[in-house]
Amino acid sequence: MTIVDPKTGRPDQADLDKAAGRPEDADQWTAKIRNRAVEALPPQKLLPDRQPAYVASWIYVFGVTTIAALIVVIGTGFVLALFGPNWWHVSSTGLFVNSLHLWSVEIFMFAMVIHLWGKFFMAAWRGRRKATWITGIVSFLVSVGAAFTGYLSQQNFDSQWISTQAKDGINSTGAGAIFNVTNFGQMLMWHIVLLPLCIVAIVGIHVLMVRLRGVVTPFPAKGETPGGEAAAVATSGAEVQA
Amino acid sequence: MPSVALMLGTLFGSLINLNHPGNYIHWGFIQMSYGNLIVIILMVVVFLAAILIPFKSHKGGER
Repeated sequence: MTIVDPKTGRPDQADLDKAAGRPEDADQWTAKIRNRAVEALPPQKLLPDRQPAYVASWIYVFGVTTIAALIVVIGTGFVLALFGPNWWHVSSTGLFVNSLHLWSVEIFMFAMVIHLWGKFFMAAWRGRRKATWITGIVSFLVSVGAAFTGYLSQQNFDSQWISTQAKDGINSTGAGAIFNVTNFGQMLMWHIVLLPLCIVAIVGIHVLMVRLRGVVTPFPAKGETPGGEAAAVATSGAEVQA
Repeated sequence: MPSVALMLGTLFGSLINLNHPGNYIHWGFIQMSYGNLIVIILMVVVFLAAILIPFKSHKGGER
């Protein structure tokens, strides 16, 4: 099974029909969704071995650094949830995992901001990449909320101070009755259930959009016609190993 | 025998004493802790370094 036609770079129709199973099943919604998914993101495009040559710059490293940090954040969060506040405040292992959780969040936010700056100055919404840009911005905003509710869930004097300070701010927006920052149970649920689910979902869509539309090409150099060398590199297949 | 964590804590604690209320800069209506200011400066430095430092690719610069 070829999956992708080397000439067109698109899945072969015969293969799509084959993937759909029996011919009489081709009209079923399951077959239609599967066909559309394979057509939009064939395996080689979903997890490529090579990247365009212009990706060989340190500024392109910060997106994957953010995701790596997110994996550590979620992993350490799982461990903290398993054992609870008494463990993470008292035992040395608990303190260590708590610190890992905090510092991986620091790296997550740090790398995400540099990623955001890099993409902003590249105008990364060019070339039908608006959805990629918007999902990135939304994931940043949701991450701020997740970090905030994390500070409120520490169960220490710091979280008390932050929550009482934030209460006035949230009250002034009129949302204080629904989103009560001094309600520990509510903040903990937002922090460990709702917001992580949102972040993982939005980041997942963001990465799929990057795979679908590709990494944004750099601006043309001075004196170069727009869509000149950069566009040629993007389409000629000049690539480096990922 | 003190643990490694305790030794590291003592070492860094002697370099950066965090056992006091935070220090803040006041610039007009802007108020910011030195900790946050340092992080922002570090982000700018890393951002500029990421743009300026050449990236060595697997193929030795195949373009």
